Amino acid sequence: MEKKMTEETSAQTDALAPIMTARGVDVFYGKKQAIKNVSLDIPENQITALIGPSGCGKSTFLRCFNRMNDTIESCRVTGDIQFAGQDIYAPKVDVVALRSRIGMVFQKANPFPKSIFDNVAYGPRIHGLSESKDHLAEIVVTSLRRAGLYDEVSDRLDEPGTSLSGGQQQRLCIARAIAVDPQIILMDEPCSALDPIATAIIENLMESMKEKYTIVIVTHSMQQAARVSQRTAFFHLGELVESGSTEAIFTNPEQERTQNYISGRIG
Amino acid sequence: MPDYLLTTSPQMAKRHARHSRFQWYGRIAIAISISFMLLMFTAIFVRGTGAFQKTMIAVDVDFAETMIDPKGTRVEMDLKQGNYKPLILAGLQEIIPGVTERKERNALYKLVSGGAVFDLGERVAANPGMIGTTQRVWIAASSEVDLYVKGKVDVESEEAVRRLKDQDIDWVKLLQENGRVKRKFNQVFFTKGDSRSPEMAGILSAALGSFFSLLVCFLIAFPLGILTAVYLEEYAKKSRMTNLIEVNINNLAAVPSIVFGLLGLAVFLNFFNLPRSTPLVGGMVLALMTLPTIIIASRSILRSIPQSTRDAAMGLGASKTQTTFHHVVPLAMPGMLTGTILGMARALGETAPLLMIGMVAFIVDVPKGVTDVATSLPVQIFLWADSPEKGFVELTSAAIMVLLIFLIFMNLFAVYLRRRLERRR
Repeated sequence: MEKKMTEETSAQTDALAPIMTARGVDVFYGKKQAIKNVSLDIPENQITALIGPSGCGKSTFLRCFNRMNDTIESCRVTGDIQFAGQDIYAPKVDVVALRSRIGMVFQKANPFPKSIFDNVAYGPRIHGLSESKDHLAEIVVTSLRRAGLYDEVSDRLDEPGTSLSGGQQQRLCIARAIAVDPQIILMDEPCSALDPIATAIIENLMESMKEKYTIVIVTHSMQQAARVSQRTAFFHLGELVESGSTEAIFTNPEQERTQNYISGRIG
Repeated sequence: MPDYLLTTSPQMAKRHARHSRFQWYGRIAIAISISFMLLMFTAIFVRGTGAFQKTMIAVDVDFAETMIDPKGTRVEMDLKQGNYKPLILAGLQEIIPGVTERKERNALYKLVSGGAVFDLGERVAANPGMIGTTQRVWIAASSEVDLYVKGKVDVESEEAVRRLKDQDIDWVKLLQENGRVKRKFNQVFFTKGDSRSPEMAGILSAALGSFFSLLVCFLIAFPLGILTAVYLEEYAKKSRMTNLIEVNINNLAAVPSIVFGLLGLAVFLNFFNLPRSTPLVGGMVLALMTLPTIIIASRSILRSIPQSTRDAAMGLGASKTQTTFHHVVPLAMPGMLTGTILGMARALGETAPLLMIGMVAFIVDVPKGVTDVATSLPVQIFLWADSPEKGFVELTSAAIMVLLIFLIFMNLFAVYLRRRLERRR
């Protein structure tokens, strides 16, 4: 009995081998502390949802993973974040290389004001991923397929990306992120500006994407977190209140604050 | 219709009245500004169109070798400087008989332009075969005759206040009866430089001077301004230094232009010993003046580019420089070009700084490059407006028209560039 337990635990640990770990992360905007001592593991090939009320710091925390906070002048990150066993804030780390491994999809679809093709091809181009024109076209088509957009736009790849509908634009942004062949895709409330149908399409897409990619998604919709994620972390006022398997968080939360948020009493 | 949908309360009526009153204020304001503009354009147009035509007089000239080239060398310089005045006078005397007295002869000769002798010299030099023949040539009339033919001389006024006397008018009438007076397109105005006599003065020297100055101004101010704006907006960290620079740029934009002229005089001419009165120095001074405008306009455009565009590129792993030059600058380019051209349009109309660096000189020659002495359109307008000869009045208006056309073309070019760049997206 006891032996069986250990086996189970270790098996579980293997399945959840973290590709990314955060330990004691603090984030400051000037003097204001936005994230307080957060530690979290991101398991590979799973979808991790960060939930919490507005302003709880979940987006800020997400942006630590690919160092997007570097672009904000007053922002300071301390603590230890490792990607595949390497400290991403180490001075020798090349942010450009890091971001090509960890892609990002933003809250508001932000295609470049260029053609659909060029939108997807931009990443491979700047990273020199394609050997020839044909290869580049292949990457673009594959990425659009994986983002479930190819069939809708196959006959108008030279039209501007901004001419697509909101949901299509967001999938174009996903295709653009996939084209660089990252290991992790960070999604910052990707469906908050979309209607339920477009949202459902993207949720299905995420489900199929997790075979190949690790996904971290920030969402303020608890239903979405419950639907798509395997792991959930609940943030409140800059603190990580609780994290665990999605099922456990939603059915049997340990913390009272989590319970209150899930039942709609706060946030 | 139910009652409550109708305007009943005095408060609602008041609100509607305020609404329509405000609309009328706006319409009246627009009407006033348009009528002022129309008034200005009509005044310039009415005065200036005359300058595009000039009066010519046909004279039979006997190109006698003894007067033109007594030594028979046919050297170009000598042919140009031949003694044509008596030949022209003799031709005129043939048409108008009975003019023998010295004083009268002088008056008669004054019907034609003082530049006519040079004109004939050029023609003979270009075609020496004319020597020894008698030919009917069209010679430019003097400015006073020109104005009379165009009906701009008040014949009823006292003879003493007119430069064209009664006798002169009789002569012109005689010429007209003989069909020896015609008006033709004023080519000189577009192909020659300045002159003391209105009928020989042209705008080309000033127009080219302005063109070369603006070229220099653009080549200096555009790259400097854009790079400064991009660096300050995209790269520079906020610090006391950048704040200081920002405040100074804003201050520079408000500095009176003549101060830039003094700066140019002190630095470019006296310290660097660059050639004075040239478009090179003029352009450099104008560039100094335009720079703050370009920088401020470009920065505000860069600031209006959404952060999401930068995020998108950065998120894909583009470096700061790739993000800036692949995405931000192309998006901002149409706006930055508009800002630049607006700044340049202001520079085109600028007179004061050019006075300081000697571009106010009387320039007859047409400049061939940025280091030739030149003047500029607004300075030329100023010089002509200041001249006592009546003929310069219409030249002034015509020059203003040329300046405005210059401006219109610059603005059209800006619109064209903007459209083109925007379509590429």
